[in-house]
Amino acid sequence: MPALPLDEAGKYVAAAYVVFLALILTYVAIMAAKLARIDRELHELADVAEGRAGRDGEERAGG
Amino acid sequence: MKVPSLRDTAIAATLLLCAGFALVFFYAPLDVDQGFIQKIFYLHVPLAICSLAGFIVGGIFGIAHLRTGKAIHDVRSYVSIHLSVIFGVGVLITGSIWAHASWGKWWVWDEPTLVSFLIVFLLYATYYPLRYAIEDRDRQARYASVFAITAGAFVPLNFIAVRMAESLVHPRVFATANGGLPGSMLLTFIVCLAGMALLWVALVRFELAAKSASASLSRLRRAIEGETQVPASGSRIAPGVPSSATSAS
Repeated sequence: MPALPLDEAGKYVAAAYVVFLALILTYVAIMAAKLARIDRELHELADVAEGRAGRDGEERAGG
Repeated sequence: MKVPSLRDTAIAATLLLCAGFALVFFYAPLDVDQGFIQKIFYLHVPLAICSLAGFIVGGIFGIAHLRTGKAIHDVRSYVSIHLSVIFGVGVLITGSIWAHASWGKWWVWDEPTLVSFLIVFLLYATYYPLRYAIEDRDRQARYASVFAITAGAFVPLNFIAVRMAESLVHPRVFATANGGLPGSMLLTFIVCLAGMALLWVALVRFELAAKSASASLSRLRRAIEGETQVPASGSRIAPGVPSSATSAS
């Protein structure tokens, strides 16, 4: 089969590289969403721990 | 020897890939037979090599898991296979784009190279339901390791068989019959391959680090909430990093 002219081949080449970029960016976006969830949960746990530490401190001061 | 950090690996992978793609479009000459469409080769082939090599790495971690019983090796095996399946999706899509441009068809069923890669890809696609089907985590990890080893051994055998088979239309990379790749093309290809391999390593380490953070969070939650009976970290099919493994990478 003869080689495609540049204007026609360019679309295919661009499509292949865009697909690769999209694949990697999708994966990184999914991982970033997971890391954001971990960060949010970590902050929630820190709030719980700080609240508990505050209550313990008040109990010791009162008793 | 000091292992480079995840950040350094990611930066190196990005730089190498950018350099490789710059070489593809500004340095490597046009192929006489295929013309501009051959530029897909510098993306498609490194993706395929990294995907297949990643499946073998998954098998090697499977062996390490069965030998030592350490759960971290099972996690590494899972992440290696997971990333290789993602790369495999890229191989199939970019290959189909190239096939349509070069042959006028998206897929050719009587071409051993294409069909054998599809078989390997579909084989590894069954890895997820295999894990999902087993409730017990230890048994799940053992079965997954056995699968990773068996399928990992199949990959090179499959590759050799395909190379020995008579290719109908798929071009042979590194074929020496007509002198192989010229130096400029070979250099471009090697840079692209090195960049893709580093990208694979960086993404594997990224996912392992995320799993390690998730596992640490679960342990912290257990410690704060004072629970005594809690499920192991990680989702049902994606294993969590064990508490004994503090450094995932």
